[in-house]
Order: sequence, then C-alpha cells, then structure tokens
Amino acid sequence: MIRVENLVKKYGDFTAVNDISFEVDQGEVFAFLGPNGAGKTTTIKMLTTLLKPTSGTVEVDGLDPSISHHEVRKRFGIVFQDPSLDDELTAYENLELHCILYKVPRKARKERIEKLLGLFELWERRDDPVKQFSGGMKRRLEIARGLLHTPKILFLDEPTLGLDPQTRNHLWAHVQKLNHEEQVTVFLTTHYMEEADRVAQRIAIIDHGKIVAQGTSEDLKRRTSTQTLEQAFLALTGSTIRDEIAGSIDQMRQMSRMWRGGRR
Amino acid sequence: MNAVYVLWIRQLKRYSRSRARIVGSLGQPLLFLVALGFGFGPIFRRAGAGNYLQFLAPGVIGMTILFSAVFSGIELIWDRQFGFLKETLVAPVPRMMIMIGRTCGGATVSLVQGLIVVAICYVAGFRAASFASWPFAFVFMALIAIMFTAFGTAIASVLSDFQAFQLVMNFLIMPLFFLSGALFPLNGVPRALQIVAAVNPFAYGVDGMRVAFGASASQFGAVMDLAVLGAITLLLLGVGGYLFSKIQL
Ligand SMILES: Nc1ncnc2c1ncn2[C@@H]1O[C@H](COP(=O)(O)OP(=O)(O)OP(=O)(O)O)[C@@H](O)[C@H]1O
Ligand SMILES: [Mg+2]
Repeated sequence: MIRVENLVKKYGDFTAVNDISFEVDQGEVFAFLGPNGAGKTTTIKMLTTLLKPTSGTVEVDGLDPSISHHEVRKRFGIVFQDPSLDDELTAYENLELHCILYKVPRKARKERIEKLLGLFELWERRDDPVKQFSGGMKRRLEIARGLLHTPKILFLDEPTLGLDPQTRNHLWAHVQKLNHEEQVTVFLTTHYMEEADRVAQRIAIIDHGKIVAQGTSEDLKRRTSTQTLEQAFLALTGSTIRDEIAGSIDQMRQMSRMWRGGRR
Repeated sequence: MNAVYVLWIRQLKRYSRSRARIVGSLGQPLLFLVALGFGFGPIFRRAGAGNYLQFLAPGVIGMTILFSAVFSGIELIWDRQFGFLKETLVAPVPRMMIMIGRTCGGATVSLVQGLIVVAICYVAGFRAASFASWPFAFVFMALIAIMFTAFGTAIASVLSDFQAFQLVMNFLIMPLFFLSGALFPLNGVPRALQIVAAVNPFAYGVDGMRVAFGASASQFGAVMDLAVLGAITLLLLGVGGYLFSKIQL
C-alpha cells in the first residue's frame, strides 16, 4: 500500500530524512516510532503530498504523491500532529466543512458528525467556537474530523498527544475497528510505546533521519534482548535527549505542546 | 463546486463574527472622508474643480476595497501559521478550486466593506448621477475586490511570515493607492506621475468607478478601464492559482 525507497529530504544543508526504505502492506497497522526530530512528520508530509522529496521513490497505492497529487489525496485521511482547525468556526462547522471537502454524501453527513462528536464527547459543545475549547478538546475534535470519512489509508501523527486515557482508548478501539471491518491501512506515530505495541502489527524505528530497525514488536525485543518495546526503543535509539540537534522550530513546537498539555 | 461554496461561506462567517475587523477597517476611510473631504473641499471648489466630496468618494470606496481585499488574500499567511491551510491542502479538491473559493470569499468580504463605505459617503452627501450608476459602479468595485484578493493570495503563497505582510503593505499597496488619482485629479499632474498611474491597475478601478457614478471627465475611458481591470484580474487569478498550487508545508 505504501512503498518508500531511498527517500531523502533536505532542508538546506540539514538532512531531516536520510535514505529510508520501508513498505506497508494493505490492511496493516504500521507504527513509525522515533525520538523528537527523528523525521517522522517530515516523512508523513512527503507521503501526503504536502512536501516534495529531495530524492528517492514514494508510492502510495501505486501512485507517486508528488505527481498524482489529486489521486493520492482521494485515498488517505490524516490527523496532523500540529493544530489544523479553524478556531473561529464552531466544532460542528469544522466537521461539516471537512465532510464537504471530502464529498461525504449530504444524508450521511449529519449522522456521522453526530456519531463522532458523541464518541469523543463533544456533542454538547458542538455549537461553541473552537477557540473556546481546551487543548485536549481541540485534539479530540481533530481526531473526530480525521475519522469522518473512511479512506483507504489513515495517517495518524501522534494522535494521542495530550489526550486523557479514556479518549486514547476510544481512539484506538475505533481505529482497530476500522482496520478490521474496512481493511483501512493505518500509518501511525506515537511516543507511547505501549500503544504502538498494542495496535501495530509492524514497527519501524527511525532516528536522526535513518531507520535503525523494523519488524514486529517481538522481533525488536528479541533483537535487543529486552522485555518491553520501550526498552527495545531505548536500546536502539540511546538515552540522550534530542535537544542539542533540535532546531528552533522543534523547540517552539515542544513549548506549544507543553503549553497545550498544561492547559488541560 | 461545493468546495468553492463552503470556503466562500467560511470566510463570510469569519468576517461576520469579527466585529473588531468590521469596525476597525472603517476608521481609515472615515478619517479620509472627514479630513480630506472637508479639509480640501473649499480649496478644490475655489480652484474651480467642483465638489471635492463627489470626486473623493469613489477614491475612498476604492481604497477600502483595495486594503480589505489584499488583507483577505494575505489571510492565507494566518491560515498557514495556525494550521488550517493543511486541512484544505490535503483534501481531494483541486487546489485551483480552493484558491477560487478563498478568493471569492475574500472578494465578497471586501465588497461588503466597500458597500458600507458607500453608505457612509451617501450620508456625508455623496450622490450618484442616476440610479443606473449603481450596477455599473458595482461591477468596478467587484473587479477591484477580486483582483486584489487574488493579488494578496499570490503574495501570501510565496511569503510565509507576518513581517512580509507589513513589507507588502508599505512598499506595494500604499504606493498603488497614493499614486492612483484616488485623492487628486490626474490631469495637470507632472508627466511622470501620470505614467505611474497609467501602469497602476488600481487607477483604472477608481477611474471606472468615477465614470460610473457620473463624473464628466475620465482619465482612461470606461472601456479601457474595464478591459484593463478584466485582463489583470484574469492574469492575477492565473498566477495566484499557480503559486497556490505549488505551496509546500
Ligand atoms: N520546515 C523546516 N525547515 C527546516 N527544518 C525542519 C523543518 N521541518 C522540520 N525540520 C527539521 O527536520 C527534523 C525532523 O523533523 P520532524 O518534524 O520530521 O520530526 P518528528 O520525528 O516528527 O519529531 P517529533 O516527535 O518531535 O514530532 C527536525 O530536526 C526538524 O528541526
Ligand atoms: Mg512529528
């Protein structure tokens, strides 16, 4: 479903994604893990037509995102790591706008919006402008929106960032249901190792723009002779904090994440 | 097509919910009308040039639309910064449609602003020559609105930070406005200034509005005004659409 070969992305002199290759099969749940600044979001941007690779091949359902943008865009849904709601509109209006952009039939619209707002416990707040929402509520709305239409491939970039355990459970249950019932391929990133361990069939670990290991959770544990995925992750990526290499953008993002987290 | 509509509505909603923006953007035209209209009125009359308010009003209406349209186009920078742009850029809708929806929305908002200023001018004593002036003037207002929203969108597609906005305002939009004949008649000004006005699309918009409202003298002629505005608007829509479709995040 997704095929990446020798993919490279450079920002000026800095190489954010450095010659990575991997494949994700149809109907698979694939976790892409790595420390801050490893290149996960950059990779997702290249898979979702937002960014052109410096070099290498990318295929999404057999199509090149940098050429067949439109065809590729019809095939995926995405929950971004960074905010992407219109703060001036209400929760309901944000979802409605999404439905129209994604051509959800008019009849199904109301029902789906109601269902997803209900699932993420925002139905009561549907007519409030998003700017009045807490960080976690905004996050929940982003996720609800990402699940409004049923794509072939679902990209989830740290979807559980700043969410309470209840919502995290709802989210993963829903994602697994989509995966089982509709054979949706899922490409996710997260910093919660136990989540990845629970939902992903295969895992790739990226560090400094390079893939350092990939396989099932069991493979990774065996290779590193560790008990948990978290230990395996630390064994593969070391235990230094990635501040020294993180650019200012990244630091800003971390600040905003702390702030978002702190307000909840 | 629905995508164009929903993006259009989105901008109208944002506008109607921001009272600060509605009121704030009327301050400047009001100031121009009062300070210049009443301040220069007597001199203008003594010079035998007629009623200054009658001359100035189309210029101030045009100014309102110009500033508001460029601002609407540049709102793209905000959408990029606050992230909403991503949502529209990955949607299965041709980017040209997204650009058109945004442009229609921005143009409508600036047209509404312009109409509010028309009402203010009317209260101040401005009069159109006849009832038939209104649809004709409206066409010119709409063209100014679309043209400069597309222009703002094109600029915001290549520049990505807020500082750039100030730069564009001060070095592009302000000169376009002041060197257009919006505030003073162009006949009799130095040749250089006339040439500058002749390559300034906004000057054709103001001139067209004046003709529509019944001014006896026209700088370029109404047909020429319409042709130039139409052509530049199409050009800017094309360029804006192209640059918009090339945005990477
Ligand atoms: N627009 C940009 N210009 C320059 N450098 C960038 C840009 N976007 C990202 N980077 C850099 O590329 C690297 C990878 O960033 P990316 O956002 O892909 O990391 P990530 O794996 O998603 O990290 P996180 O877990 O913090 O989300 C980082 O070092 C970052 O500073
Ligand atoms: Mg990221």
